[in-house]
Amino acid sequence: MIRGFYAVYLREVLILKRRIFRQMLSWSVMPVLYLIAFGYAMGRHVQVGDHSYLEFLIPGLVAMSSMTQSYAIAGEINIARFYWHIFEEFQVAPISNFSYVLGEVLAGITRALLAVGVIVVLGMLFGVVLNYNVYFFLALMLNSFVFASLAVAVAMLVKSHADQALLNNFVITPMAFLGGTFFPLEHLPEWAQKILYFVPLTHAAEAIRTASFGQPFKFLNFIVLVVAGIIFFIAAMLCVNHARD
Amino acid sequence: MIRIERLVKKYKDVQVLHEVDLQVQAGELFAYLGPNGAGKTTTIKILTGQTRADSGSAYLNGFSIQKQSLSAKQQFGLVPQSINLDRELSVCENLLIHGLLYDMSRTSINQKAEELMEYVGLSDRTDSVVKELSGGLQRRLMIARAMLHQPMILFMDEPTVGLDANIRRKIWSLIKRIQQKGTTIFLTTHYIEEAEFLADRVAFLDEGRIVVVDTPENLMTRQGEWAIDRFTETKMETVYFDSRETADQYNRDQHDQYTLRRVNLEDAFLALTGKRVK
Ligand SMILES: Nc1ncnc2c1ncn2[C@@H]1O[C@H](COP(=O)(O)OP(=O)(O)OP(=O)(O)O)[C@@H](O)[C@H]1O
Ligand SMILES: [Mg+2]
Repeated sequence: MIRGFYAVYLREVLILKRRIFRQMLSWSVMPVLYLIAFGYAMGRHVQVGDHSYLEFLIPGLVAMSSMTQSYAIAGEINIARFYWHIFEEFQVAPISNFSYVLGEVLAGITRALLAVGVIVVLGMLFGVVLNYNVYFFLALMLNSFVFASLAVAVAMLVKSHADQALLNNFVITPMAFLGGTFFPLEHLPEWAQKILYFVPLTHAAEAIRTASFGQPFKFLNFIVLVVAGIIFFIAAMLCVNHARD
Repeated sequence: MIRIERLVKKYKDVQVLHEVDLQVQAGELFAYLGPNGAGKTTTIKILTGQTRADSGSAYLNGFSIQKQSLSAKQQFGLVPQSINLDRELSVCENLLIHGLLYDMSRTSINQKAEELMEYVGLSDRTDSVVKELSGGLQRRLMIARAMLHQPMILFMDEPTVGLDANIRRKIWSLIKRIQQKGTTIFLTTHYIEEAEFLADRVAFLDEGRIVVVDTPENLMTRQGEWAIDRFTETKMETVYFDSRETADQYNRDQHDQYTLRRVNLEDAFLALTGKRVK
């Protein structure tokens, strides 16, 4: 059943390894800009509850980066599928849809963990050391799992790489800004808060933030992430068949 | 062994395959010949589980590709028409990923890879990144990769397209050697001489229909053993003869420019379809 997933995973890792330095640099650009612009320059005198804005911002960046970077696996899949036709190798191999999706999802999670590692280190350079505990790690993993699975599902459905960019613009980017990453949701009107409560990233941001502040975790956050992850994963498995014409 | 029964494929409203029936015996080198757009790749895509047929069935060594796809996929290796190597990775890494997809152990991957690299003449390039290899070497790597898990059936979709004559001949001899080891080979091509040189049997596909299936010898001699191409002022025509003597006799009676030659497979297809394959 899971035979061959490691081949799919290893392929992505080998490709990532070839450009790991460039990749790490690019992963640090966005967080550094945010940290300087919003954390250091603007937010120095802003308090969010008991925490400085920088302390508030870093868990948000972790949530956002783990989302965008695990989701970025979709781009890799598209390139393999539309430009290099490597996806054919997987279609032809005696591996199940489950194995294929698992391999790609794990690759997405790996990317996300590395990107978050960069942020945690950058945060330290800005003098912020948070509580990186088990719940932090769990929320991070779940968030990456959710968005890597979504990415695989979407990558199987799109007909071109351009479609993918369009989707990112309308779905991922708004979520990245509104999902409780950069400002407390309580600042938004009630109706908006209600809508955002259906967005997995909101729960990921909340879970990651409560964990890194050493506060008790909310069960609901984890339930939402687990359920969303399972739904997207199954959707991805079903979508693999769709990629055949 | 490959068995195809009444295969039908449509893309939207266009029917690409019309009830294709075929049987390829174990150990046979079967050439699937046809012009651009005939449906060769489509047939291979169905046989290898990349595309679904609208109706009909296909069996590889008795396993249905539709119903027992994982077992059926264990039976074959595929050399696709367009290069689908991982360009950023090394030769070795490409083979490693393939082997792992087929659940091989690392030791058997390494052992088999070394043997195959020798076999296709890539031994000194195993650490090169694929994008640095020439087109011919990439083709050979694709053949080696398809053979890595030791499949009983090898599908090759135009394995020599875009290669120069020298390299094409090298790949031909490689294909022959693979067949001699007992592998069943299903090869598509639109180069008639490729089919003539390699194949035990040839199927000719035209606009999604099989026009004929036979050995190259039988097909060639259907209209005679010798051919004369006559060039008149307006056109070229070919006349066929059973023996050289009658052909010579015919020549003596003519005054146009002519060439006398043995028949080839192209004559067979011209006669069958009334048009050139290339
Ligand atoms: N995904 C697709 N969607 C729509 N039409 C397609 C698709 N793939 C192939 N076709 C059409 O099906 C027909 C057969 O194509 P196919 O690729 O099987 O031909 P072929 O014999 O392999 O040709 P070639 O020698 O050019 O490789 C062509 O008319 C082609 O345009
Ligand atoms: Mg083709």
